[in-house]
Amino acid sequence: MLSAILVMAGIGLVLGGILGWASIRYRVQDDPLVEKIDAILPQTQCGQCGYPGCKPYAEAISKGEADINLCPPGGEDGVRRLAELLGVEPKPLSDDAGPKPRSVAVIDENLCIGCTLCIQACPVDAIVGAAKQMHVIVADQCTGCELCLPPCPVDCISMQVIKEDVTNWKWRYPVHMMKRVA
Amino acid sequence: MSRRLFPFHGGVHPEPHKRESNTTPIRAMPLLPRYVVPMRQHIGEPARPTVHVGDHVLRGQIIGEAQGYVSTAVHAPTSGRVVALEPRPAAHPSGLYDLAVVIEADGDDRAVAFQPLDWRNMDASALRNRVRDLGVAGLGGAVFPSYVKLNPGAQRIHTLIVNGAECEPWITCDDRLMRERAGETLRGIAIMRHCLAAERVLIGIEDNKPEAIAAMRAALAALDADDARGVEIVAVPSIYPAGGGKQLTYLLTGLETPSGGRSTDLGIQVFNVGTAYALWRAVELGEPLISRVVTVTGHVAAPGNFEARLGTPLVDLIAAAGGELPGATGQIVGGPMMGFDLMDDAAPVTKAVNCVIVKNATLFPPRAPDLPCIRCDACARACPVVLQPFDLYWYSRAKDFGRAQSYHLFDCIECGCCSYVCPSHIPLVDYFRYAKSEIWQREREKLAADQARQRHEFKTFRLEREKREKAEKFAKAAEKTKAAAGAPVDADAERKQALLKAAMERAQKAKEAVQPKNVDNLPPAVQREIDEIEARRAAARDAAEHPADAGADK
Repeated sequence: MLSAILVMAGIGLVLGGILGWASIRYRVQDDPLVEKIDAILPQTQCGQCGYPGCKPYAEAISKGEADINLCPPGGEDGVRRLAELLGVEPKPLSDDAGPKPRSVAVIDENLCIGCTLCIQACPVDAIVGAAKQMHVIVADQCTGCELCLPPCPVDCISMQVIKEDVTNWKWRYPVHMMKRVA
Repeated sequence: MSRRLFPFHGGVHPEPHKRESNTTPIRAMPLLPRYVVPMRQHIGEPARPTVHVGDHVLRGQIIGEAQGYVSTAVHAPTSGRVVALEPRPAAHPSGLYDLAVVIEADGDDRAVAFQPLDWRNMDASALRNRVRDLGVAGLGGAVFPSYVKLNPGAQRIHTLIVNGAECEPWITCDDRLMRERAGETLRGIAIMRHCLAAERVLIGIEDNKPEAIAAMRAALAALDADDARGVEIVAVPSIYPAGGGKQLTYLLTGLETPSGGRSTDLGIQVFNVGTAYALWRAVELGEPLISRVVTVTGHVAAPGNFEARLGTPLVDLIAAAGGELPGATGQIVGGPMMGFDLMDDAAPVTKAVNCVIVKNATLFPPRAPDLPCIRCDACARACPVVLQPFDLYWYSRAKDFGRAQSYHLFDCIECGCCSYVCPSHIPLVDYFRYAKSEIWQREREKLAADQARQRHEFKTFRLEREKREKAEKFAKAAEKTKAAAGAPVDADAERKQALLKAAMERAQKAKEAVQPKNVDNLPPAVQREIDEIEARRAAARDAAEHPADAGADK
């Protein structure tokens, strides 16, 4: 009887020790959920969700402080993927304006006065320029967040929709002509 | 020859329709007044235009240079003036416009001086660079720049497979080319083999082209013994898609290209016969790729093959074949299995265009409405890549792209066998193309998002760092000001202190110097009086210092 108790207690101690060691040895530093949510977000860093960037929004979602439908650039598809990840029901986007077409900001070079305000506003450093020098937007890096529009004192920045060309053209969903059988 | 063949899985036997166009010799197109030469004629980066509107160009002059590694040059098809450099309709399933150089022919057709290359004694890298600048790209359909494929790199290529199968119905451009220009094609193959240092060459030709096989064998017998060693012309059974690169490789060697891999992983390189001929022209004549053989067939008055300059508008090409007959319902670029409907017949011939078919209602009836999938697995039995098209169809239709990808969607070669055999007329390949382009789009977006995240994180880090550096700089500056303000004060004080000390010392000395001497040499009476006074003073001082004692005494 006593030996049985000792054996069980011994096994318990050994296993407990291993578990305790493993929890320290393989401790996860960052919250992996935040990374997963952040990977789904479109990284426009536009702040339309009310948080100063995609990562803070991801953190807020993981803490349960923010809803999953606050990201208009991510669109319905983004909400659906977030819902899938978090195991909740998808919701319609809070902003019912619907998703905007993907666009890039373009500076009218004739109007730019070189004030550098847009450079400071750009969350991804996609604007090149210096004080009293003309600024230009690197179209490939522009996320279309529109954060450079309000600070411009001469309103020389406009959003241009990315046109479809041979490189970004997609095959359409096949039109389904079902034959009536019954 | 009794080479053992390895039949691949599936495949179909569509009506060949080769007779329509393969009975007449290749015809040269008359010189046209205007050519539209797109800058994007190959896989990879498009060429960068090197001419401006108003420039005069000669035939064979570079008008677009290769930019990036997977790219190749584009040349003027005739002499004339550049009249426009603008987006023009492209021979592309989208029907979208793409950048093109429009050349108005001056009618002289003067050429630049072509420089034949001494390829046998040339540095391999220099030869490849010349091939790049001569614009040679794969003419079988994928239009991959040939100079890249001619570089074996670290991989040893033991077998060169030359694809003369031409398995798609209607198309006969390779058939006619092999019949009429077999010797030149074989010499082009010799150049390829020289570049790759391949030991053996297998030329696969479908057995429905006996004339082409005979012509190639005759030309091989007439070839130099050196170039002909290890070269074998193999008649392969006519089954679609025997002309697919991976299918032909398996058919001839029994080696299966790994999923997601290339035939070079097996030590095999595959080229089209048309590419071999273009390479011969480029290397032995020094003539860049400015024309190719195109089949014009279907519902036209005089179907056949044409030597068409790149940039020839397809409408002119169709006119050269006698024009469309009444009742035409559109055109297909490429074959009926893998080709696409042409949106605008102003689109020009490019390196990728091997065939134009004019449709009519009897040859190409409109697609029957789909019926639901009955899971008959006819598509799986026909699939040459041994996929399960019905599963891929479900997932693509449901937009479950991750699942479609895990069912090897990207191994699909879009040959169209599944759509061809489907009893429910489901356009399976359209779904696969849709799913593939959606996945590519997502990958592009993911890449862009990752870059944006990195850049945003760096910007945040940079702002933090700047703030910290600024704070540090301020702290340092403040300390410095304090130190700067403090140091002169200290020095001043020290100086003052020293002055004070010196003054005090001087005063002390002066005091000592002016000590009264009136108590020296006193008479004893005066001295005694002084002593008494001093004693009283001391007693009084003592009483003042110890009043309690004094009180206690009283």
